[in-house]
Amino acid sequence: MRKLWIALTFAVFALLLGAPLVRIAMGAWEEGWDGFAHGLTRPEALHALGLTGTIVVVVTAVNALFGVALSLYLVRAAWLGPRWRNLLNSIVDLPFAVSPVIGGLMIILLLGPETVVGGMLGSLGIQVVYALPGMIIATLFVTFPLIVREVMPVLQEIGSQQEEAAATLGARGWTIFRRVTWPSIRWSVVYGIVLTVARSLGEFGAVLVVSGNIMFRTQTATTLVYQDVENFNLTAANAVALVLAAGSAAILLIMEWAKARAAHH
Amino acid sequence: MHVEVRGLDKKFGSFHAVKDVSFSIAAGRLIGLLGPSGGGKTSILRMLAGLEAPDAGDIVFHGKRVNDLPPQERGIGFVFQNYALFKHMTVADNIAFGLEVKKWSKSQIKDRVAELVELTGLSGFEKRLPHQLSGGQRQRVAFARALAPQPQLLLLDEPFAAIDAKIRHELRTWLREMIDRLGITSIFVTHDQDEAIEVADEIMIINQGRLEQKGSPWDIYQNPQTPFVAEFIGESTIVEQVSQLRGFEAAEAWPGTKGLIRPEYVEIGPPGEFRLLSATESGRVGRLHFRGSEWLVEVEVGGVRLATYRSLEKEVLKPGDEVRVLVHRAYLFNDNDSWIMENKLKEDSLYVQI
Repeated sequence: MRKLWIALTFAVFALLLGAPLVRIAMGAWEEGWDGFAHGLTRPEALHALGLTGTIVVVVTAVNALFGVALSLYLVRAAWLGPRWRNLLNSIVDLPFAVSPVIGGLMIILLLGPETVVGGMLGSLGIQVVYALPGMIIATLFVTFPLIVREVMPVLQEIGSQQEEAAATLGARGWTIFRRVTWPSIRWSVVYGIVLTVARSLGEFGAVLVVSGNIMFRTQTATTLVYQDVENFNLTAANAVALVLAAGSAAILLIMEWAKARAAHH
Repeated sequence: MHVEVRGLDKKFGSFHAVKDVSFSIAAGRLIGLLGPSGGGKTSILRMLAGLEAPDAGDIVFHGKRVNDLPPQERGIGFVFQNYALFKHMTVADNIAFGLEVKKWSKSQIKDRVAELVELTGLSGFEKRLPHQLSGGQRQRVAFARALAPQPQLLLLDEPFAAIDAKIRHELRTWLREMIDRLGITSIFVTHDQDEAIEVADEIMIINQGRLEQKGSPWDIYQNPQTPFVAEFIGESTIVEQVSQLRGFEAAEAWPGTKGLIRPEYVEIGPPGEFRLLSATESGRVGRLHFRGSEWLVEVEVGGVRLATYRSLEKEVLKPGDEVRVLVHRAYLFNDNDSWIMENKLKEDSLYVQI
């Protein structure tokens, strides 16, 4: 009986995950290698992939820095009152509760060209909405909880005693972080970074709303695939989608490796 | 290092953890902070270390007020209850940590680590990680690590609480010898009386944030200054009406006074074993408990049930036996006062010399 359930589970996952991947690959090669190459190397595709890459790098770097810092403050700051701490905790989880499209809309409402802040930045020559800054902010919003949620439980579990011990031995803030805290949270941060990369690669809703999907200006790989499908340019769509899927698969493997290392430590 | 504390006070929210504690410790002494859980001992220790800031009061090391100094600058070594070893560093790296922070040269560090490894009996374990060590070994690494930067004051927070009984005994002896040899002023927190009595030069009894008594183990045992100390140290029985016991009729003069009688204050046995038979009264043996090195005997006397120890060398008693009971003294206390009253009949005023 158990064998039947295992076989069934495998079948379901094969259907849900395996079949689409196979179908995308087949679709990308429908017009042979040329079709696939054209789909990837056409100017709008190259620009879109480049933009996606830029967003992923910036978002990951910023979230890694601020995520770790915020985790340390939320867990270790003794002076923070319990009310404030609970509030900040809930705010961290907010992006999970809110639809990414709503997140994108929020940015337009707060930083659009009609608003105070947006207008001010506009007069300085910085456009936020319908431009790269807005897309980065949207992706930051959506991926923000990922690293914090990975690091906070680990910090709570290891407790502050090792850090106190380091303090009694004469070490100060940065030394304590570098030699005591970081080695303990290192793999959780890596895992969080991998999750952030995966999420930013695939972000669609928030970026679509904020960017306006302007080709050659604010189009990411995901919104390009969307556009190709709308225009029935399926081979090209499949080609770009395959690249994104391959990226996700690679990230999945790195994720497993990082998880194994985190568990080992 | 001479340590002085004046008027130390600390609240955690609405919980008043430490209430106006003052004491003074001479350099080179080993002091035990003893008391029930939640009494404030660890809070006091952490304030001495600088890990908590007191709400009021002064902490003075060697004549210098250190309230505003962070733990890094106080010249202390701290040994945690759960060792708090750096999990991802080897034993040698753990011990070397404080020295690397102080920027000692590589060769100096190497020598000092070797010295401490030798001192703590950890030779051969230098390259091991903490999770590859036993509890006793981990605790010794924690000591070595704390001692490496040559601190002036060693603070230990229930250092043996997480270790099994047999090893605990060995480590206690080892700690006492080590601290004697190094001559460092040391303060340790414990809730284990036997540990405090065995290891410490002086004990401070802390209860509900207050310092009840400070003195040598002998003083505290023989002259408890408050009812709490009398009851906390050793085993004891509380007697409502002390005047019921033969030799303590004078207690009638202080109504409302209760008595505390320790097993060592009571002597029982058949009539032949007593020199002052006139001071004894009749009692009946209740239950007997074998305690390994002696018998714990419950005896019913003067309407009161007392407990006492009886050597294995003497004649074995049985439940229901009639015996003579001599209560040497009792610790009396009421709301205002407390004192020790000797059995009046021990001064045999009717002694007639022929």
